[in-house]
Amino acid sequence: MTDLPQSPEQPVPAAKTSRWKSFWRSDIVWSYRRSPVTVVASIVAFLLIFMAVFAPLLAPYNPFNPATLNLMDGFTPPNSNSMGGRYFALGTDSQGRDVLSTIMYGSRVSLFVGAMATLFAMVMGVGLGLVAGYVGGLWDAVIMRVADVQLSFPAILIALLIFGVARGIIPPNQQEGAAIWVLIIAIGLANWAQFARTVRGATMVERQKDYVAAARILGVNPFIILLRHVLPNVVGPVLVIGTIGLALAIIEEATLSYLGVGVPPTQPSLGTLIRIGQQFLFSGEWWILLFPAITLVLLALSVNLLGDWLRDALNPKLR
Amino acid sequence: MLAFIARRLLQSVIVMLVVAFIAFLVFRYVGDPLANLLSQDATMADYEEARERLGLNQPFYVQFYHFVVNALQGQFGVSYRLQQPVSQLILERLPATIELAVASSIIALVLGVFLGVYTALKQRAFSTGVIMTLSLIGVSLPTFLIGIGLIYIFAVELKWLPSFGRGEVIQIGWWRTGLLTQSGLRSLILPAITLSLFQLTLIMRLVRAEMMEVLRTDYIRFARARGLSSRAINFGHALKNTMVPVITITGLQLGSVIAFAIITETVFQWPGVGSLFVNSVAAVDVPVMAAYLVFVALVFVIINLIVDILYFIVDPRLRDGAKSGR
Repeated sequence: MTDLPQSPEQPVPAAKTSRWKSFWRSDIVWSYRRSPVTVVASIVAFLLIFMAVFAPLLAPYNPFNPATLNLMDGFTPPNSNSMGGRYFALGTDSQGRDVLSTIMYGSRVSLFVGAMATLFAMVMGVGLGLVAGYVGGLWDAVIMRVADVQLSFPAILIALLIFGVARGIIPPNQQEGAAIWVLIIAIGLANWAQFARTVRGATMVERQKDYVAAARILGVNPFIILLRHVLPNVVGPVLVIGTIGLALAIIEEATLSYLGVGVPPTQPSLGTLIRIGQQFLFSGEWWILLFPAITLVLLALSVNLLGDWLRDALNPKLR
Repeated sequence: MLAFIARRLLQSVIVMLVVAFIAFLVFRYVGDPLANLLSQDATMADYEEARERLGLNQPFYVQFYHFVVNALQGQFGVSYRLQQPVSQLILERLPATIELAVASSIIALVLGVFLGVYTALKQRAFSTGVIMTLSLIGVSLPTFLIGIGLIYIFAVELKWLPSFGRGEVIQIGWWRTGLLTQSGLRSLILPAITLSLFQLTLIMRLVRAEMMEVLRTDYIRFARARGLSSRAINFGHALKNTMVPVITITGLQLGSVIAFAIITETVFQWPGVGSLFVNSVAAVDVPVMAAYLVFVALVFVIINLIVDILYFIVDPRLRDGAKSGR
């Protein structure tokens, strides 16, 4: 009686462990374990992302609540108590805001803008790339010409232009709230072409294959063919470009905010913090600049290294 | 040859027309051009009169035609922010940007070729590993952080070099140069290095890859067998053959350098076209934005055209291919 229900269940945990084992032994995990740089990069990236996501819970102070700010705390050096008697691990800025907390909230803004912009670029680029590669003809020519022209200009220039145009269109009283979304769209629009070009190439290869022909003969809707059959086969390179694109988008956001045309000062990102910190470079308060800068570099570098590793791991030619 | 150039010219004109169209849309429909020209207490009649006078009532294509004709004559209207003709603003600031871009390109080319050859010849040296790692880190650092770092080291700590501006300038005709005074040259060093780093790593990696490729070919092996000195082989035979792609990339990158100058100019408060553009974007100064768009596109198109033609002249295979292909 007790044996009967157990025996059919027994293979299931066995299958689970073997699946886990086969995952652990798979090429991609093997190449991950073999690359200490990647392991370190992924840990750093994870910690930074964790810190950013849970900033409201983890941050020692709320730097944007005027009630808790005390000018007596201003310009406290790192790892010391302020004149107001409070402890600050990474010091404070001119208004007495805790640098560690502003970095946590700043990474949050930077990561949010970077991730949303990359997602936007990915959806747009993959969509247009699929259409261009599958439909071909005039659509292909138009989409790829636009992508070519855009790729020959630096993304930061295009993002700046789009940002400027959006600034002119949106009424001034809504600009503060819309700034982050404008930034996301500007960076996203500046980066879609890379996705489109890669997906188009892969789609043109897939289109020739028998399974697509079979689906077409069966009378499957072209959209279903593209989304359910072609898309899963071109997703590898998209992941790689997406990861490297995230690092690029974070740097682009930081650059725009540094130039003073990014997020509003009420919601500073890492770039804004660096812009603020630069004002105190000559007067010797180096920590206001240095810690946000290190965070930005670590974030961009670790994501970039992960992307590089992913590219090598997914590329069968290099194995 | 002539047909090739004519075709490229036609393509360039089409690209410029498309860019001009985008610039026109921005110029005409972003913000209200009249609100920026008329005073606060202008009446509706004033608006009507101004609209008539500026031709804003005319059909769309007529306005675009006028925009292109004016652009061809270098007329882009008056800056909302600075109340000066846009063409004059750009011309005043152009020398600063060109001097910066050329200086940084020279640094990138000389150092990049040198380091590229060095790392290709000494593939297993410890210094090569250091250089390659540094270049990898350099690529992932944002340009503005490199600039700030250089300012901190050389201006704040060591106090060797100025951290902002162009120093003393000398006026030669309409060209205002900083290259002839000591303070001008000293001011140029940090921004030029900052701007060159991105290009430098690119050129270095390219030269290294090309050199390693060429050094494996038979004619190099044969040259060694003939007993030529390794200097003659490396520089006379190998390096010469890596130069075509290097020149192409450097040329094509010149456009990106002008665009990247936006960031460098802001970090160092360099009074060039790039910082003018950033300030215009921040202030939604539409005429300047439209003019800058056309200007940068023109630079890109001209450089692409020159590189294409140069490539055609330098590489005989392309020429023969075109001949036999027809």
